[in-house]
Amino acid sequence: MGVRPACPAHSHNRRGRFRPAAAVLGLLLSFVSTAAAQEVATPSANPPLPAPVGLTAVDQPWDAGGAILLTWQPPAAISGGDGAYRIERGPSSEGPFSEIGSLPAGTARFVDREAFGGAAFVYRVTFEPASGGVSTPAFAGPIAARPNGFRTDRVNALVLVLLLTGLVLFFIWRARSGARLFVRRISGLNAIDEAIGRATEMGRKILYVPGIQSMDEIQTIAALAILGYVGKLSATYGAELDVPNRDPLTFAAARETVKHAYLEAGRPDLFREEIVNYVTYDQFAFTAAVTGRMVRERPAANFFIGSFYAESLILSEMGQTTGAIQIAGTAEVMQLPFFVATCDYTLIGEELYAASAYLSHEPVLLGSIKGQDMMKAVLLIVGVIGVVLATMGFPIVSELLTMH
Amino acid sequence: MPSIGTWLGALLSLAILSFLYKDNPLFRFAESLFAGVALGYYIGNQTNQTIKPNLVLALTRDFAANWDLIFAGLLGIGLYFRYIKKLAWLARVPLGIYVGYYVGVTITQKLHGEVLPQMKDTILPLSGPGLAPLWNGLMIVGVFSVLLYFFFSLEHRGAVGVASRVGILFVMVSFGAAFGYTVMGRISLLIGRFNFLVNDWLRPLLGAVF
Repeated sequence: MGVRPACPAHSHNRRGRFRPAAAVLGLLLSFVSTAAAQEVATPSANPPLPAPVGLTAVDQPWDAGGAILLTWQPPAAISGGDGAYRIERGPSSEGPFSEIGSLPAGTARFVDREAFGGAAFVYRVTFEPASGGVSTPAFAGPIAARPNGFRTDRVNALVLVLLLTGLVLFFIWRARSGARLFVRRISGLNAIDEAIGRATEMGRKILYVPGIQSMDEIQTIAALAILGYVGKLSATYGAELDVPNRDPLTFAAARETVKHAYLEAGRPDLFREEIVNYVTYDQFAFTAAVTGRMVRERPAANFFIGSFYAESLILSEMGQTTGAIQIAGTAEVMQLPFFVATCDYTLIGEELYAASAYLSHEPVLLGSIKGQDMMKAVLLIVGVIGVVLATMGFPIVSELLTMH
Repeated sequence: MPSIGTWLGALLSLAILSFLYKDNPLFRFAESLFAGVALGYYIGNQTNQTIKPNLVLALTRDFAANWDLIFAGLLGIGLYFRYIKKLAWLARVPLGIYVGYYVGVTITQKLHGEVLPQMKDTILPLSGPGLAPLWNGLMIVGVFSVLLYFFFSLEHRGAVGVASRVGILFVMVSFGAAFGYTVMGRISLLIGRFNFLVNDWLRPLLGAVF
């Protein structure tokens, strides 16, 4: 940055009076100080650098709001030189400005992705050459970010959603029109029949925990479909069923499911509302109550099917100590290892959904599983093509899948 | 001397831990208290933090701006129709809306947040310096074989059977890692409880007595 020399003559003018002696002295001092300044600041004595040219700030198009796009051109005097652009933002052209980014020379575009709240901002861009100094600032704005109706950066997600939805709807339609859709039998399903049969023989109850989440969790819905099967078998064999709940909505849906299952089995007389009961909402209070029930009532078969968290190991370990046959099923990746270690059979991840479809023979569930299978096939094919192209140096598939 | 709250916390902790020996009346008392208090707290919390500010106050203070909340309120009340035998079928309507809404939201979230990033990170070149091709190959084989394991339209026989067996091996390795990671977290929780018992309760108690 150049050093602006002091100019006593200007001071005199400001006062409105002219003094010859003082003027001569001032001129002398001015000469001396200018010379001294030139000696000290020789490297940065160049005139101030011009501002970046044509700075514009526009609302980032086709986005969810909160982003402002800045573009500019480097002035001819600094193009190609080393240095950095400093991007600043403030509520008005008077400031205060705070730095929101720094870009190397050669770039001419910046997206402020923190322009939330609908507030208008003024942007200030300066260039700082590596040799020192700073350019005159360029200003743009005020401008506020607004959300748009369609996001072009999410077209890949839209294509996937449409494809998956289309496949699922197509296979649901096929299942409803009587087409036989093949879904392989999961080996864990045999264990369900075995567990219920064992409980019946031993004259002890079957404990079924449909997870701890509400009905907004898809695992809970799958758990209720399997509960329908378990309820039907229990009613058929006359085995005692116990379904403790943590979530009130799941509790309501589970009671409906079991009631319907007893009706389907032709044994509505065996249904009692206490079969499906509500315990409490707190995760570990629920766990303590259920483990206590396991120890006191010693169910012969425990089902832990649905969404579980930290209570998974506590429940299944306690069930194991009571000698019950245990079947678990969840899509919670962090809890699956505990179920695998402590249960006789575990439905891993998507097996839970496939099992519910297989057991219920519901066209909606069967079609959904089939549609998802086709989607997996599409992803596998796309993946293999992508790997081949990436190995050949064309990462085009990877770029198409990139989320912005 | 520890406060009454610390005494209660310590004694109830010990009552719960007594289950490690065997089921006993103290554990049953603590378990029932825990379940009851938690439920009471939840009801109070939901009433004061959700229903009151988001429904009751919103409607009474600015009805013109929030009139649409009536529908949300009616959906909530609709869940209680299951206790009236003649109107029990109505309870299925809010439940259906609730489930349908979340299924729609979840599909987009899963595709957007999990499927696309996973696929993108799996499409790796089988070329590059050093051991990069090996690690990339391992990642590709792992993801694709696990995907094949969860393919339900084919029996696991022949080549598909071999590939899915490789897939379940990858799954088990990841389970092993997750198991170790979570056990460490649980031990940390246990240390926290013992830390409370020793430092907040036992140490001040011994200090006051001796």
